[in-house]
Amino acid sequence: MTARYAQSAPAIERHTISILVDNEPGVLARVIGLFSGRGYNIESLTVAEVDRDATLSRVTIVTSGTPMIIEQIKAQLGRLVPVHRVHDLTMEGPFVERETALVKVAGTGEKRVEALRLADVFKARVVDATITSFVFEITGQGEELDRFIGLMAELGLVGVSRTGVVAMSRGPGGI
Amino acid sequence: MSAATNETSLTGADIVLKALRDQGVEVIFGYPGGAVLPIYDALFQQNDIRHILVRHEQAALHAAEGYARSTGKVGVVLVTSGPGATNAVTGLTDALMDSIPIVCLSGQVATHLIGNDAFQECDTTGITRPCTKHNYLVKDVNNLARTLHEAFYVAKNGRPGPVVIDIPKDVQFAEGTYRSPADSMPKSYRPQVKPDLNRVEEAIDLLAKAKRPIFYVGGGVINAGPVASQLLTQFVRMTGYPCTTTLMGLGAYPASDRQWLGMLGMHGTYEANLAMHGCDVMVCIGARFDDRVTGKVSEFSPNSVKIHVDIDPSSINKNVRVDVPIVGDAAHVLEDMIRIWKARGKQPDKAALAEWWEQIEFWRARDCLRYDKTPKIIKPQYALERLRAAISGRDDVYITTEVGQHQMWAAQFLPFDKPNHWMTSGGLGTMGYGLPAAIGAQVAHPDALCIDVAGEASILMNIQEMATALQYRLPVKVFILNNQYMGMVRQWQELLHGGRYSESYSEALPDFVKLADAFGGVGLRATEVSQVDDVIAEMIKVKRPVIVDMCVDQKENCFPMIPGGRAHNEMLLGPDEKVENATPEDGMVLV
Repeated sequence: MTARYAQSAPAIERHTISILVDNEPGVLARVIGLFSGRGYNIESLTVAEVDRDATLSRVTIVTSGTPMIIEQIKAQLGRLVPVHRVHDLTMEGPFVERETALVKVAGTGEKRVEALRLADVFKARVVDATITSFVFEITGQGEELDRFIGLMAELGLVGVSRTGVVAMSRGPGGI
Repeated sequence: MSAATNETSLTGADIVLKALRDQGVEVIFGYPGGAVLPIYDALFQQNDIRHILVRHEQAALHAAEGYARSTGKVGVVLVTSGPGATNAVTGLTDALMDSIPIVCLSGQVATHLIGNDAFQECDTTGITRPCTKHNYLVKDVNNLARTLHEAFYVAKNGRPGPVVIDIPKDVQFAEGTYRSPADSMPKSYRPQVKPDLNRVEEAIDLLAKAKRPIFYVGGGVINAGPVASQLLTQFVRMTGYPCTTTLMGLGAYPASDRQWLGMLGMHGTYEANLAMHGCDVMVCIGARFDDRVTGKVSEFSPNSVKIHVDIDPSSINKNVRVDVPIVGDAAHVLEDMIRIWKARGKQPDKAALAEWWEQIEFWRARDCLRYDKTPKIIKPQYALERLRAAISGRDDVYITTEVGQHQMWAAQFLPFDKPNHWMTSGGLGTMGYGLPAAIGAQVAHPDALCIDVAGEASILMNIQEMATALQYRLPVKVFILNNQYMGMVRQWQELLHGGRYSESYSEALPDFVKLADAFGGVGLRATEVSQVDDVIAEMIKVKRPVIVDMCVDQKENCFPMIPGGRAHNEMLLGPDEKVENATPEDGMVLV
């Protein structure tokens, strides 16, 4: 009999994890402290209350690590007392991920026109405008946002604010 | 709230006391201060719960750990805000690392002052978040009872651990509603205790087919209660397989049994470590593949199929990849294992097992714990062998230790046939643990013999607790193996740092006999072999706190030893073995 697991350099994987937690003081600190204390990566983290009656919040974390680390992250999250459920969306089938950014661009003349034209191509909405600036709102996949922001950098980008990823599984089933 | 009969208006402080009573608490360990005065006042006006006044909050935690580990109950602590809470942090971390159920109540400044840098304010929940299983800040007196009951539930269910409840002073004064324990279950915390039976079947199949099996057992079996140790012993004997235990698992399987190979790991026995290295099926029950146990992880037991039973899913596949993970309480899993083994009519492979035992006996014949007998100088191992002889046959002996060489020698040389009789700081390695832990054990077992095997450096970290022992007439014995060095530090400096004994010599030690006397206890000293037995006999006879100053060989090192970064089959058996290159360069960084 030999060990079933071969030793080879494990690949780093990106996972989107959705966690349902009691919305109580300190719960986010517990989640973040777990990641910093054990040296796990956080690529993005979002949190908001999703069920006011049951005072539940959903935390969506995008993280990366070897399969063994990802398994550890889920197990460690699962044993936090205020955590109800941990879903690894990456493992559980097809899911959608969305992120929203607000992008401020300042400029005049041709650059300003070009920024507006590109915003139209990317289906970004104008949520604020002055004679010399726009604030665009764009929602989509992370890479799509990256591309749009990259283009705006040439056209007078002033600043960006991003929400981080929210995600949900496809189909009729729960998260 | 359902039953109106449950509702009684009480002050926060009275709610605390009532909740403790309803949880069956008999003893709490603590130290008063401004922010817990209302609770101390309520404590003064009742007689159900006994309070043991320690001399430092760290010791309150360790005493509660000793109490918890020697009884299986939850240890309860009461400290004040600010420094009271920060002093508790070491003990909380210790309890977290060793999975000891503790509920620690801390006072906090009044809610309207929180965040104002008030006198003796600290962010207790913030500071203790990473060193507790869970913690709470109670801002509304009406949540106090529920929180207290939930804290007990969380502390003792699943993998046990410490829980802190921070209670602002105004909440202790405020009046609110009491709730019963049954009314206060946590919303989300439901640890799995019953295993997946398919996995257990799979494990039993593998076990029955094994040619070189081993049981590798940890403190989880002790945490699962005495019944788990009985079931383990029954199952190990049914199979005839060898069994080794971790430092925390000592006592889970009778040390006097032939099938026990001794402790494994860095200072474990030759036979236990080589059997782990050479086995083909390993059943780990309630242990966590700690780095002290595995040595070099990439060469740890390279050819075995590994079955891991643990109540904490995060312990599985953390350090070592296992083949059959079983999440559940050790007692439940062992019960299922025995039942399925019997139901399927499983038999061990007798021929293969005989061969395996022959190999193990060959390793055992190396007698890895032997040491040079000396006519005059007391070897620390000799002192412990004589202590072993003096306590053998008694089942009312509780041993605690500090941390260092003496701890490893105590683990190697003292007999542990039953669970809950051995208390040591395993995960955190806290010097200063032993004396307060012995006090906690003695409080729980007033007529028992509670011995803290100590080093002269460690004991000074919580020596003030002698006063606690005296105050409550707790006849604890402090058995110091005094070599005038921080022995384990000196040993590593000898092996890894060219014998440069940087700051590891204990200069200006107190006279421990006079020190015992000064506290009102009894001091005894042995400086040569001929005095050892008399001193031990006297120590046991005296029904008062005793400090024994056992002046031992200064240069003795603890063997066997797996140097950092080495595998189980690369042990050093004694001082004669070459220590050059004992540790490869990448092992130097390991502690």
